[in-house]
Amino acid sequence: MIFQRMLLLSLCLVIAVMPIAVASDDGFASSYTYNYDYWGEIRESPDAYRVSDVIYSATLNLEETPMRNPQSLFVQGQNLYVVDTGNNRILEIAKQDDAYLLTRIIDRVEGAEPSTFSSPSDVFVDEEGTVYVADPGNTRVIKMDKDLNYLQSFVKPQDSTFDQSISFLPNKIAVDVSGRVFVLATNVNKGLIKYEADGTFTGYIGANQVSYNLWDYVWKTFFTTKEQRAQQASFVPTEYENIYMDKEGFIYATNTVFSEYDLLYDVAKPIRRLNSVGSDILIKNDRYPPIGDLSWVESSLDYGPSKLKDVTVLDNDIYIAFDRTRGRIFGYDPQGIMLWAFGNKGNSAGSFMGAVSIEHMGQDLYCLDENQCSITVFTPTDYGKLIYQASDEYLRGAYEQSADTWRQVLKLNANYNLAFIGIGRALMRQEQYKEAMDYFKMAHDRRNYGRAYRYYRKILVEENIGWIVAVVILLLVVPLILRKRHQMKEEVEEYERLKVGRK
Amino acid sequence: MSVSKSAESNASRRERFARYRSTLRYGTYVIFHPFDGFWDLIHEHRGSLSAANTFLVLFLITYVLRLMLTNFQFITAPLQYINIYEQCGSFLFPFLTLCVSNWALSTLFDGKGRLKDIYMAMCYALLPYVLIQLPLILLSHLISFDEASYYTVLASVSVIWCLFLIFVGLMEVHDYGPGKTLIFLFATIFGALVILFLILVFFSLLSDALGFFVSLYREIVFRLN
Repeated sequence: MIFQRMLLLSLCLVIAVMPIAVASDDGFASSYTYNYDYWGEIRESPDAYRVSDVIYSATLNLEETPMRNPQSLFVQGQNLYVVDTGNNRILEIAKQDDAYLLTRIIDRVEGAEPSTFSSPSDVFVDEEGTVYVADPGNTRVIKMDKDLNYLQSFVKPQDSTFDQSISFLPNKIAVDVSGRVFVLATNVNKGLIKYEADGTFTGYIGANQVSYNLWDYVWKTFFTTKEQRAQQASFVPTEYENIYMDKEGFIYATNTVFSEYDLLYDVAKPIRRLNSVGSDILIKNDRYPPIGDLSWVESSLDYGPSKLKDVTVLDNDIYIAFDRTRGRIFGYDPQGIMLWAFGNKGNSAGSFMGAVSIEHMGQDLYCLDENQCSITVFTPTDYGKLIYQASDEYLRGAYEQSADTWRQVLKLNANYNLAFIGIGRALMRQEQYKEAMDYFKMAHDRRNYGRAYRYYRKILVEENIGWIVAVVILLLVVPLILRKRHQMKEEVEEYERLKVGRK
Repeated sequence: MSVSKSAESNASRRERFARYRSTLRYGTYVIFHPFDGFWDLIHEHRGSLSAANTFLVLFLITYVLRLMLTNFQFITAPLQYINIYEQCGSFLFPFLTLCVSNWALSTLFDGKGRLKDIYMAMCYALLPYVLIQLPLILLSHLISFDEASYYTVLASVSVIWCLFLIFVGLMEVHDYGPGKTLIFLFATIFGALVILFLILVFFSLLSDALGFFVSLYREIVFRLN
């Protein structure tokens, strides 16, 4: 009852606050934020992130040679690196008191041959400042120290597993703490190419599994001629779109080549978390797998599944993917439950035309648009911060605090499933199973509801064991007595009848 | 005179009710002894149409109650979209179509059953679903998600049992062998599709014909004015 009243109250609150929030638009461009409910329907939500800044070439005093076709972003500490592919250079931008200053233009390497880049596609900078650049035009990944002196380069593997007839075109790179380099190369579908720190090639990891079904196989084997088969696409694994290495050294990869049908049954797996042997260990505890948008408007221009071009992982294991199809950003918690989705296609701030890359600095998001040559900076709103705070508190073990924070979230958004689950989980830790069950039921969380129910049932049975035994005994004994009585009655009647007959 | 007549009708009513009760109780015999049960159901007149109707209604009630009252851990029916009549219709229409289609086909291939017999056998075969699913609704509130296998096993038993009974029922009603019954089951499904097609064609032609007369009428009115 209290809970229902609270829900109603918070709903009223949201309705009351909404027009005010629109009226007092304090210079922020508000994106249309939403989430999906249990039935897969869109529920509007307060903004979790808002645009706080947009970095253009002009912001960086680059009017003479503005950015051209930038392809990738990277963040290390307070520095932001933009791969300005069209100008064969990498821009190093430092964040200083909410301002962005161009500190360095990396366009040549001392002591390398050739010393310039040719359409670089990705950059990685480790904590010491060592820079790795994917340089497909020169078929190499080049490594330099923090003063841009050449250290070594990673080139085409001289190995029989690598098809020597194709050229080595590194597209995306990731480097782990011990200096191992993982390269996602164009035209290579065996997975990520892995180099040791000394530059030796040690194989591939995480090959995208070949996806075909039995019917495809039967059809191709028995019902097509050799000529037809040659014309059809063969069963080959697809390449990944992008990779990101999280702080624990797991590689997150995104994949944009799949059929819509595979998405529904979680065969496509557009976001993956690869372990050292290359299998996908992403946790998916929601009804819907993390695939971006669940539905899209028929016959619209931006029709089709989300194409997740890039992914970035926050320090609390929340991962955020960037969709090219509709310029949207999707946040997922470590359990695979969608936190929020926002963004649009368009030219205004907070909308994107050519989404290519996403990065984070703390909780701020940096989104690169290759068509507009701009970097949009998003900062979390109070609502967004509350969500992060609540999940951090839970991970830390402060369950009561986390429940309180989730309650605040619920006041801002009464449709937020994760808040119900969060409160339920905290209540369960506090052994308030009945209340936890109510919250889990509200969120349609069957697994957790079942867990809470088992504890609740155990307590219930222990408390009422006397009654239960009594009822069971009654159910067993009463029919026995009744039957016995019936038998005796019949015997008596039989005896009486016999007596009458003898007379 | 009138007193005796009413007494007579009273007695016959009581007799009819007794028969109804015995045919109802016969359902429990049928589901455990399907081969004898279905034979006697039709050929020894141990079943009645009213009992069959009762079983069908009970089945529909169970069908809807299951969706509405089962614990959400086991069934995720979008209650806000569920329409009871639609749910009932989505079972009743195929069920009756299959009865008609089976009768239409089996009469051509010396099946012994009349439409009434087929309908009765099919309705009696639905009884295990009611007997298992109704307690399952209660059970669903007593077990947790981890113990879902108990629920799913019992639920599948109820469906498989029903399908088996339908198979045996049709076999006994028509006095067919198992192979022939199997062939006729597939033929029945095909026949139901044909019936569906004919119904669609009929209604589309009907609407065309009506459209013709409507436009004719409009034309005449237009000319007269």
